[in-house]
Amino acid sequence: MNDEQILAELTEMLRDIFDDPSLSITPETSAKDVPGWDSMKQVMILLAVEEKFSIELTTREMDRLRNVGDLVTAIAGRLTT
Amino acid sequence: MGKSGLYWFPPQDDWMQRFRTAKSGPAAFADWVALANAPLDLVKTELLDGAFRKAFPAPPDQGLNAPPIRLALLGSSTTDHLHAGIRIAALRRGLFVSIYQPDYGQYWAELLDPVSALYGFQPNAFLLAFDARHMTRGLTAQSDAAATTAALDGQIAHLRACWDKARAGFDATILQQTVLPVFPDLAGQNEHILPGSPAAAVGRLNQSLRAAAAEAGVHLVAVDSQAARDGIAYWTSDTVWHRAKQEILVSAGPVYGDLVMRLLAARFGRSAKCLVLDLDNTLWGGVVGDDGVEGLTLGQGSAEGEAFVAFQSHARDLAARGVILAVCSKNDETNALAPFERHPEMILKRSDIACFVANWDDKATNLRRIAESLNIGLDSLVFVDDNPFERNLVREQLPAVAVPEVSEDPSTFARCLADAGYFEALTVTEEDRARGRQYQANAARASMAGAANDIGGYLAGLEMKLVWRRFDQIGLPRIAQLINKSNQFNLTTRRYSEADVRQMIDDPAVAGVQLRLADRFGDNGMIAVAILRRRGDLAVIDSWLMSCRVLGRKVEEATLAILAAEARRWGAKKLRGEYRATPKNGMVKDHYAKLGFTPISGDAGSDWFELDLAGYVVPDLPMTIEAA
Repeated sequence: MNDEQILAELTEMLRDIFDDPSLSITPETSAKDVPGWDSMKQVMILLAVEEKFSIELTTREMDRLRNVGDLVTAIAGRLTT
Repeated sequence: MGKSGLYWFPPQDDWMQRFRTAKSGPAAFADWVALANAPLDLVKTELLDGAFRKAFPAPPDQGLNAPPIRLALLGSSTTDHLHAGIRIAALRRGLFVSIYQPDYGQYWAELLDPVSALYGFQPNAFLLAFDARHMTRGLTAQSDAAATTAALDGQIAHLRACWDKARAGFDATILQQTVLPVFPDLAGQNEHILPGSPAAAVGRLNQSLRAAAAEAGVHLVAVDSQAARDGIAYWTSDTVWHRAKQEILVSAGPVYGDLVMRLLAARFGRSAKCLVLDLDNTLWGGVVGDDGVEGLTLGQGSAEGEAFVAFQSHARDLAARGVILAVCSKNDETNALAPFERHPEMILKRSDIACFVANWDDKATNLRRIAESLNIGLDSLVFVDDNPFERNLVREQLPAVAVPEVSEDPSTFARCLADAGYFEALTVTEEDRARGRQYQANAARASMAGAANDIGGYLAGLEMKLVWRRFDQIGLPRIAQLINKSNQFNLTTRRYSEADVRQMIDDPAVAGVQLRLADRFGDNGMIAVAILRRRGDLAVIDSWLMSCRVLGRKVEEATLAILAAEARRWGAKKLRGEYRATPKNGMVKDHYAKLGFTPISGDAGSDWFELDLAGYVVPDLPMTIEAA
C-alpha cells in the first residue's frame, strides 16, 4: 500500500469518525482543522488506525504526530516492516 | 481462534446506507433500535450514538421496553469514552439511558452531599467503575502480608460504603465493575508468593468483591472474566493509559456497554427466557428423517458427535437453572421425537423440552406458536439454527426474536450463546430450578392452525437460482445417493443403482433431471431429482424426490415447470404423478393435489394424479431457472 492509498483509507475512516462524508483531509490536516477533534477523538482515531491496519504505534510516535501526513508516514513505516 | 466484539450479530453490508437514511430522518425509534442490533465497532458505535442523540435528546413516549434509565457513572479515571457504548447497548434492547458522571475525583463528595448535582440527577442506577491502579494504590512489592490484607480490606470497605450511600439516597440498581488485571507480574506465574504485588492484589480484590457484592445485592460488571476470555490486550493498553488515563480501551467500548446493559436489562426482567432449538445439524449431525436415528452423528467418539453432545449438555444446564427449552424443527413429529426416545447418546430428554414443535410450517409461524403456548413474548426467545436461510427468515419476520449468527461448527454454539449474554441472570431461585418441571406438565404440541406468515418478500430477496440438467455421468454418484437416501420427500421411493441411472442417460424414453439450488447464502448443491417416463402421449413421473432442507421455497413448483417443459418437448398431452405411501413419506401425500393435479383412479398400492398440459401455465416463481 502506498502513501496515497493510506491517505484514502484514512480519509474514509475520518469521515466516518466525524460523520462528515465531505470532510476534506490532506497531509496538512491537523486536529485544529476539524471541529470536534479533541483528545478523546484522538485516542479513538489512533485505536481505529491500529485496528484497521493491524499495526501498533509507539507512544513516542503518537506524541510526535502533528498532522495527518505524519500519521500516513507512521503507518507506511509499520506496513513495510 | 476466538472471536471478539459483538460477533453474534450477522454482518450487515448495508448498515452505513441504512444509517444515513435514518440520520436524514425522520426515523422511528424502532429503526434506531434495528441499527443498534448489529456487530458495531467503536466507529459505528460513535456514529450511531451521535445521530441517535440528535434524533432523540429525550426518551421516546412510546416503544420503550422499560422506564428510562438514569445511570450515574462513578469512576476514578477517564470514563467519558465508554458512554456511547452504554447508550447504544441500551438502544439495542429498546431501552433509553442517560448518563451522569461527576467530575474527575468528585464521586465521594457528591454521594455525601444531598444537594449535589448527583442528587439533582436522581439516578435509578449506579455504575462504579474504579480502575486497577486506584484500587491498589499504596501497595508495593515491599508491602508485607498484613499490610496488604489491611489495604485490600479497606478498599472493599470503601466500596461497601459507596453502595450504602447510593442505597440510602436513591432507589437504584447498583453495578460494580470488577478490577481489570492490568499489571505485569513481578514474581512470575506464582505471583501469589509476593504479598504486596499489585497483580496478585487484583485477583484477591475480585474474589472479595464477589462475596461482598452477593451479600449486598450488588451486581458485577465482570470485566476480569471478560478479559480472560478476550485477552487483556483487547481491554487495556499501558500506552493509552499513560496518554489519556483511559483504562478500558474505547475499542472494547461496545462490549463493555453490552455487559453493563445486560445487567440493567435483567433487572427489568428483559433477559431472554427461552432457548428454541432446531434439531437437524443443531442438536445432532445429520437429518433424522433421511438418515434415521442410527445414521445420526452424536457422541460415539467422533469430534463432531462430541460437539453436539456438549451443546446439548449446555442447553440442559441452562434449563437446570431456569431457562425454558423449546424445539422448532421441520420434520414429521415422529421422526423428530425418535432420537429423544431411542438414541443412546442424547443428553436432552423429551421431558426437558417445554414446547416441542415439529411440522412443515415455516419457522416464524412456529415461533409465534411457541411464544403463545408458553405465554411469553417473542422478545423472550433465542433461536438457534444451523441454517442461514431459517435464521434470516426469522430475523426478517420476527425482529424481536434473538437469532445468534452461529458458525457452521457445532463446537462453537455454546460459546456463542454464552458470549451473547442473552440469559443474563441476577439471581437463581428455587423457582427457577423448578421451572422445567412446571412446563413439562404443560407440554404443548402446537398443532393449532394459524395464519402463516407471508414470506413471499423474503423468498424474493434470496436471489435464488435453480440450475437443472439432464442426468449425466458427473452427477451420477450424487443422483444415486439422493435416490437411495431420500425417504420423506420421495413420492414413489423407487431405488435405482448407479448402473440403473447410467442406463437412463441414453434411454430416449426417459428424462432424468437433476436440480441444484443456490441463493444469497451459497450453493445448496443438488437438492432434487425427478425421472420422467414416456408412455405414448403421457409423461409419467416415475420418481420425484427433494431434500427437505429446501422446503417452503417453491422448488416444487419450479420442478413441475421443468418437467412440464420436458413432457411438452415429447409432445405429451398429460403429466401423470404417482404417490406410493410408505411409513416415512406422509408429508407428500397431497403433493400433486397441491400442484393442481386431479386425482384419477389407480391401483391398490398407489394414488394417481393427472395434469392436463394444455391448461398448465408456469406460475410466478421467486427464483431464476436455468438449464445447464
